[in-house]
Amino acid sequence: MTDKKTSPEQSRRIRVLVAKPGLDGHDRGAKVVARALRDAGMEVIYTGLRQTPEMIAEAALQEDVDVVGLSILSGAHMALTPRVLELLKANGQTHVKVFIGGIIPDEDLQRLKEMGVAGVFGPGASTEDIIRDVQTAVAG
Amino acid sequence: MTYSQAVLNGDRLALARLLTQVENNAPDGRIALIELFPHTGRAHLIGVTGAPGTGKSSLVNQLALYYRKVENKRVAIVAVDPSSPFTGGAVLGDRVRMRDLSGDPHVFIRSMATRGSLGGLAQATANMVQVFDAAGFDIIIIETVGAGQSEVDVARLAHTTLVVEAPGLGDDIQAIKAGILEIADILVINKADRPGVENTEKALKSMLDLAHPTERVFRHHGSIMRTVAPTQDSSSRLMWIQPIQKTVSIESKGIVELAESIGRHVSHLRQSGDWAVRERTRLEVELEALIREALLNRFHEDVSQKEYDEALEKVVQRNISPWEAVKMLLNGRSK
Ligand code: B12
Ligand SMILES: Nc1nc2c(ncn2[C@@H]2O[C@H](COP(=O)(O)OP(=O)(O)O)[C@@H](O)[C@H]2O)c(=O)[nH]1
Ligand SMILES: [Mg+2]
Repeated sequence: MTDKKTSPEQSRRIRVLVAKPGLDGHDRGAKVVARALRDAGMEVIYTGLRQTPEMIAEAALQEDVDVVGLSILSGAHMALTPRVLELLKANGQTHVKVFIGGIIPDEDLQRLKEMGVAGVFGPGASTEDIIRDVQTAVAG
Repeated sequence: MTYSQAVLNGDRLALARLLTQVENNAPDGRIALIELFPHTGRAHLIGVTGAPGTGKSSLVNQLALYYRKVENKRVAIVAVDPSSPFTGGAVLGDRVRMRDLSGDPHVFIRSMATRGSLGGLAQATANMVQVFDAAGFDIIIIETVGAGQSEVDVARLAHTTLVVEAPGLGDDIQAIKAGILEIADILVINKADRPGVENTEKALKSMLDLAHPTERVFRHHGSIMRTVAPTQDSSSRLMWIQPIQKTVSIESKGIVELAESIGRHVSHLRQSGDWAVRERTRLEVELEALIREALLNRFHEDVSQKEYDEALEKVVQRNISPWEAVKMLLNGRSK
């Protein structure tokens, strides 16, 4: 018997919003990542396809998440990402870490980092790496 | 500004943060709950439960749309999904079906994982509902997967509980879980566009017939109540007979009728005095849970781990009985 208090303060679980902004229907990657993060003990709110940046920021606020993960395979990441970041900031959610996955050309990586994106993962990225980076970003 | 002040002022970020504190049973959350308590007791709590895939989230989406558009009420939704018993993580996917509600500042959706705690789920849910109530939401809908005692407890939180069935999930009486009539105020057959609705309806009807003999004895929020068989003229006023409503959530069919049925249930609760009974019972259950928690915590503060382990060891060795052990440990208490 380690903790005998009946209703102990729950240690805060990492809460992650996984969303697919824009119009592309590639949702395998988003689902793979959602499941991997769940298996790492996180609470993942999955919002499904065709989310606008406004919908994503609103859901991030209501769910009080620590991390927003965007899965974009349409090529529209340079338009969608800054908009999501802007809205999160406008809502006062400056502490939220934003991760991006999907088809992201190397030449965009630098600019995404400069915008404040915490991590970018492309095809074949290992879920262990994703989990580790998310945990590190939230802890740090 | 404190959390509770900000929440009362309508600050949505503060509301979201406070819900986290309350869910985690953190000190800030407990302080805010005390401050917010005088502002609670106004909302209508609607529980929605049923097997996975019956269309609960889709139905909640439609009901919330109705309350927004037709009745102009502020709607909060607490959507509960199970945590993995192995890793404690969860994928919470109810929002997928609620996209129609986004962009409306008078709707607030919060997903919640069961976190596998015994009894803790019902307590955490009740506390989150109190925060929404104080924040001025008129309608609070709680969606839970209908399985297990804690979900039954969550359903009992509500003034009005909908149990959602769907055709094709095994339509005989056995398949429809025994006990649902204890918690259902309204039975919903969703997916009424699908083949087999008649069978589901027949099964539910025969269950209802069995449940309404001349004298009905039922468990009402834990206490046994008896009602005399209704006579034609008095029945509709004093006794609530669970109606069956058919809906097609994805085509928003039957939603107005369902909302009207919910409205009739509210009138019934008010007229029969049952609303007050339910409120009282809910607060009593909560009070008792808090007393139990406080007493246990006090016990563990007073009795050292060593004393406890020694007593346990004696019980294991069959030197003393558990009853004697309790007596010994409690006598050792200072207060
Ligand atoms: C399978 C597939 C499809 C399937 C999608 C099925 C589905 N439900 O997902 C189908 C056949 C429907 C499809 C259709 C199309 N596709 Co397609 N598709 C692919 C393909 C071959 C594999 C994608 C995949 O599922 N990979 C497996 C998953 C697990 O990997 P992943 O998504 O990359 O995810 C990993 C990482 O990116 C990262 N990640 C992903 N999301 C996230 C999120 C977070 C938070 C994090 C941290 C990490 C992360 O982690 C994951 C694990 O490693 C890719 C090519 C490729 N090799 O990527 C093309 C590809 C994505 N498709 C492409 C195109 C053009 C199309 C179509 C427009 C084709 C057409 N003309 O009709 C249509 C569009 C459909 C639509 N509605 O959007 C192009 C996109 C080009 C671009 N962006 O510049 C690609 C790159 C092919 C190509 N080389 O041209 N496609
Ligand atoms: N045919 C039909 N499908 C529905 C209806 N309501 C919901 N669904 C579908 O049933 C599936 C499960 O719905 P969801 O609301 O997530 O169910 P939940 O698990 O009970 O919350 C989804 O694919 C919905 O689109 C309905 O009235 N008719
Ligand atoms: Mg659901």
